Amino acid sequence: MSITLDSKIPAGPLADKWDEFKAHEKLVNPANKRKFKIIVVGTGLAGASAAATLAELGYQVDAFTFHDSPRRAHSIAAQGGINAAKNYKGDGDSVYRLFYDTVKGGDFRAREANVHRLAQVSVNIIDQMVAQGVPFAREYGGLLDNRSFGGAQVSRTFYARGQTGQQLLLGAYQQLARQIGMGGVKLYNRMELVDIVVVDGRAAGIVVRDLMTGEISSHSAHAVVLATGGYGNAFFLSTNAMACNVTAAWRAHRKGAAFANPCYTQIHPTCIPQADDFQSKLTLMSESLRNDGRVWVPKNPDDTRAAADIPEDERDYYLERIYPSFGNLAPRDIASRAAKRAVDNGQGVGPLKNGVYLDFADAINRLGQQTVKERYGNLFDMYERITGENPYEVPMRIYPASHYTMGGLWVDYELMTTVPGLYCAGEANFSDHGANRLGASALMQGLSDGYFVLPYTISNYLADWLNKPIPGTDHEAFKAAEQQASDRFRQFLSIGGTRSPDYFHRELGKIIWDYCGMERTAQGLEKALSEIPALYDEFQKDLRVTGTGDSLNQTLEKAGRVDDFFELGMLMCRDALVREESCGGHFRAEHQTEEGEALRDDENFAHVTAWEWSGDPMAPVEHREQLEYEEIQFQTRSYK
Amino acid sequence: MSDKLTYITLKIWRQGGPDTPGQFEHHVIEEISEEASFLEMLDILNEQLIEAGKEAIVFDHDCREGICGTCSLMIDGKAHGPEKGTATCQLHMRKFSSGDTITVEPWRASAFPIIKDLMVDRAPLDRIVESGGFISAETGGAPDANLIPIPKPVADAAMDAAECIGCGACVAACPNGAANLFTGAKVTHLNLLPQGQAERYQRVEAMVETMDEYFGSCTNHGECEAACPKSISIDVIAVMNADYLKSKFKNRKKLSRT
Repeated sequence: MSITLDSKIPAGPLADKWDEFKAHEKLVNPANKRKFKIIVVGTGLAGASAAATLAELGYQVDAFTFHDSPRRAHSIAAQGGINAAKNYKGDGDSVYRLFYDTVKGGDFRAREANVHRLAQVSVNIIDQMVAQGVPFAREYGGLLDNRSFGGAQVSRTFYARGQTGQQLLLGAYQQLARQIGMGGVKLYNRMELVDIVVVDGRAAGIVVRDLMTGEISSHSAHAVVLATGGYGNAFFLSTNAMACNVTAAWRAHRKGAAFANPCYTQIHPTCIPQADDFQSKLTLMSESLRNDGRVWVPKNPDDTRAAADIPEDERDYYLERIYPSFGNLAPRDIASRAAKRAVDNGQGVGPLKNGVYLDFADAINRLGQQTVKERYGNLFDMYERITGENPYEVPMRIYPASHYTMGGLWVDYELMTTVPGLYCAGEANFSDHGANRLGASALMQGLSDGYFVLPYTISNYLADWLNKPIPGTDHEAFKAAEQQASDRFRQFLSIGGTRSPDYFHRELGKIIWDYCGMERTAQGLEKALSEIPALYDEFQKDLRVTGTGDSLNQTLEKAGRVDDFFELGMLMCRDALVREESCGGHFRAEHQTEEGEALRDDENFAHVTAWEWSGDPMAPVEHREQLEYEEIQFQTRSYK
Repeated sequence: MSDKLTYITLKIWRQGGPDTPGQFEHHVIEEISEEASFLEMLDILNEQLIEAGKEAIVFDHDCREGICGTCSLMIDGKAHGPEKGTATCQLHMRKFSSGDTITVEPWRASAFPIIKDLMVDRAPLDRIVESGGFISAETGGAPDANLIPIPKPVADAAMDAAECIGCGACVAACPNGAANLFTGAKVTHLNLLPQGQAERYQRVEAMVETMDEYFGSCTNHGECEAACPKSISIDVIAVMNADYLKSKFKNRKKLSRT
């Protein structure tokens, strides 16, 4: 069965496409909505907002989370803010400007129509969240405050201290909790998706594993929505939460959903550098810090003086020097590579010389410590807890780390994957950020998909299934999937090798980081594509999972997730290898300008690469969706 | 660079399931870096246990940035350990000394039954939110976000309360196993805002009464505030109590009219 990529972009002028879609889509009348069951997997921003809204509309919703509570999803850790084209500052913002910045920020590798819709609905998100009681930062007159973020020349970022993701997720969670309380949503917590079931070419339901008891069970529905986040933990060390994984998306991929642009991974420039080999994760310091912090390294690589003792003229404020118009607010991919160049050049700072300074001395002089504390207090406290250094006195040390993944399941304009009835929302899909995501746009996309896109588009599919029977969980396809899942987990337990799942995850992450991280080469990727299968082979022979399969077993859960990361790792490297250009977060060393910037090849690579599962993780089938730019002209992305 | 602790002894609670008896288990960990977080130290122990063929110690954790509220642990009898305003995941080994014996237990509260080892079931906190911890603003009809100005001090006070991460440390620290800080924080967050006024008194009544079904009563010990990783003030309990009292008049009046 081969897949076709039909993006289903509505006809007409760009600015009218979404209205056009809404005007002509098929609807399900209110009384009929309760006849449809929709499964939503994941309860982060996209999942919680989708589940709550679909239930408000009257659909029967079953929501699944592998956490103890829907409020734990990693959306909660987003710090800096959420973009919206409100133009409350009167500084020249507009829907078009946000659309343009996002397409440019994505290095011209996103689908125009999707991004324009995102910019359009961004304004509704802020209205909705304020109505729900999200305590966004305000000015003394009581109106909403905004801050600036990377890749934009206007202030359009709404924020709630350094905890914007937390406040937005709690807003969506509360709305979901209201529906759970009223019976509109049935919540299944501590349940992990282990397979997707496809019957007659369409999504029929899911198979889940109860993490408390190990019991495998099936759930059928008219449509399934995956809102299961990104795969940044493929690198092992990342800013993602420990349990973030690719399993739901990968299981869908194995059942026919195309996986798009897996090599588009975002390496965030401002994370606390690694301190030790056994470190379990890296911690992000919000990009908002670059509003007031200045990034620098000593000009002399051998400089061993403390930061404060290095005179002004012996410092290299390299972002301000190379990118004068955006300065310290250069987009993430650009700022990350610049930091890597400085560290590779021997100018790194800190005990392991693996970071660059982010210095607030000027801001403290200009604004006073109190103002700096009000803006970033919680981030400064977190930095001090982790490093033992006080950033009011010495500059922070930062270095890039895996943070977000722009790639994900391929979806059409309606957020449907290549499997009819299977939808994908939020970070788990590939749709809006192209090859690089701008700061404060992830929260915007998650909520846009969940609140304002899916609830409209899903009826366009469901309408045709009114009063038609759907396969129940007694269907043989469900039974077969359950059996396969049980066998798979039993297999992990029976290997009886010598190494823990974490050991293999760490080793796999090193390979992916070294060869498919901030800088990639054909030679390195070829090497990764020989090393990953070799390590995978070892995983299958030498894995040790202790405990049993019929009670809570975190080692066993981890084994399943690492297993999927192995297959994904191969696809990431394959995708990076065939994309013979540099764009956004994908930097191929062979394709760069004389100044070391990404060199795109619009003639040959202005397309989405969507991979089809072939049964062999080393031999996926490549498909392409050509990106048509009607409104925006390609140009070299410059932030100078 | 990093200094190391030569060894520490861990006295850890192990329990196979909700209904099986538990006991303390002793482990000595050698050469642990001061840069390691407390949970990374447990990761290292778990990896050693797995490679020795033993079952890993179960504990809840996820973001490791002090914001998701998943991690728990009573460390030397204190919820989230010795560092003030810090969740377990942000606690680092530099706060301990070589030779220390550290006691690690799960949250202890009758509303939070033990699932396994150090993991407990905190579902009753969700039940409280489901009963009224929201503003009923369905998707689609919201007015412009700047239509209702909110004075900065009010927005800031709401945000102070809204910072709660739902970890349950307040309950674990309370001698009565009360959840008043958790519930008070959500009530305060929503009841201070103009958007929260329409449901103000129904909200507080429903949440307090759901809370009372699961948790003990508050007798103003203040242990909750001391244990809270977000340093939420017990003032939120006063706000909740005041609104709860008022709700008994307001809601009754409303009922008599219908």
